[in-house]
Amino acid sequence: DAEIPTGGFTFDLCKRNAWLEANDSSGSIIKKAKKTGTTIAGIVFKDGIVLGADTRATEGPIVADKNCQKIHYLAPNIFCCGAGTSADCENVTEMISSSLTLHRLNTGRECRVVTAVTMLSQYLFRYQGHVGAALIVGGVDCTGPSLFTVYPHGSVDQLPFVTMGSGSLAAMAVFEAGYQDALEKDAAMNLVRAAITSGIVNDLGSGSNVDIAVITTGNTEFFRNIDKADPKYKSKNPLKYAPGTTAFFKEQISKIKITVTEGEAMDD
Amino acid sequence: FSPVLLNSSQQTSHYNPIVIGSRGKSASSERTCEPSTRTLQPIVTGTGVLGLKYKDGVMLAADTLGSYGSLARYREVKRLSKISDTTLIGGSGDLSDFDNVVKYVREMSIYDNAHDDGCKMTPKDVHQYLGRVMYNRRNKFDPLWNEVVVAGFRDGKPFLGVVDLIGTMYEDDAVATSFGNYICLPLLRKASTELSKEDAKKVMEDCLRVLFYRNCRSSTKIQIATVSAEGVEISDPYELSTYWGYEGFKHTEYHGQKGH
Repeated sequence: DAEIPTGGFTFDLCKRNAWLEANDSSGSIIKKAKKTGTTIAGIVFKDGIVLGADTRATEGPIVADKNCQKIHYLAPNIFCCGAGTSADCENVTEMISSSLTLHRLNTGRECRVVTAVTMLSQYLFRYQGHVGAALIVGGVDCTGPSLFTVYPHGSVDQLPFVTMGSGSLAAMAVFEAGYQDALEKDAAMNLVRAAITSGIVNDLGSGSNVDIAVITTGNTEFFRNIDKADPKYKSKNPLKYAPGTTAFFKEQISKIKITVTEGEAMDD
Repeated sequence: FSPVLLNSSQQTSHYNPIVIGSRGKSASSERTCEPSTRTLQPIVTGTGVLGLKYKDGVMLAADTLGSYGSLARYREVKRLSKISDTTLIGGSGDLSDFDNVVKYVREMSIYDNAHDDGCKMTPKDVHQYLGRVMYNRRNKFDPLWNEVVVAGFRDGKPFLGVVDLIGTMYEDDAVATSFGNYICLPLLRKASTELSKEDAKKVMEDCLRVLFYRNCRSSTKIQIATVSAEGVEISDPYELSTYWGYEGFKHTEYHGQKGH
């Protein structure tokens, strides 16, 4: 008798997972995922793409990483911002980046943005939203600049300006107020910086510094920490006192005699 | 906003201790097991109200939509109300509860006038009074389901504050309610508080435009109101322009051919 072909989705472990979730109150088996609680944004300008992100990674109400990097490399001409679960964003983008390198070697051509987006969306759809990666993919290829958002369930939007993450509404407000067709590079960069700053100031899940990536035909610039957060305090160590702060009567300078008992004496 | 409210099936038995000793329609309806007369959920709602202090006073802005869930039912609802020559309020949330809020405050204002003692209720008094009323109602599990912005200008000093359905009270130079908190407040905070009336009006219009772009429950018919040394001025509702012509949005078909 013929075996029933197994294919498609297998949901064997879902019941086990649901039981674990209900019974694992101490958090010893199911670890709480580190979420990015983020503001990420992207915009298409006259010559290419500007991507921006904040640098705060949160674990619930705690800041886990004050200066993480949310703009990931996919290909020399394609970069990706990630929001949602840190591990998922990091690993998915690295996996797709490897696939794209193999693809480039196979075809002998520069990658297209739609290739990266298709790979990402097909992978995320296969996992039905359990891989919590919300991505903004932007790049310039032979068809011109393009900007996409990919959602954890696998849907894709192609738009001229996009924001994702908990600070997305604050950043989108700035974009809606300031977007124009065919912006110049400096205007686009300033708009993205303003949008990310708006997310950092108005959203508690975003903070610290601003990262920017500018992708144009044949050239990619990555500005790490282009805008730094206000430092909370400036360390007073070492304190510097100007010579003469303390008044003195007598000055005596003598050389300290050092006797070397073990090993070799250092050259003076 | 979802304060813990008992649904109608649980109400009667759990509330007996509180019913004894309290008066009012909601209590008696429970004793006789009639349908609930508390606000359990907002029905006809208004979306965000924005407030900003400017050089000569305070400006409020709101759209004029009364939504019935996802239906845009009442297209010209006036959500900004004059209380006295120095005070103006704007409300979002359940519109029937907002009418009651306005009624309470106007009643206070009339009593205050009737005293005729030469001193009038200040905008801050209105704010405090509303805060007490809202908190008191929340304690009775019968909230007025609103977020109210109180704006005033008295003795050369502007006042801008918010009271919400659970009695939270605060004052700030730029405020917004409901969805406006997420979309418009970042833009209002970037604007200065020393703008001229025309500049402030432009900022408010830009914010309401962005709110319309990104909020499913708002409309382009808006009202702007100001309170200043000259008193309270509420404009008639007018249409806001919106722009849909960006080149970038013309070719957003991912699965089709890019039109080059």
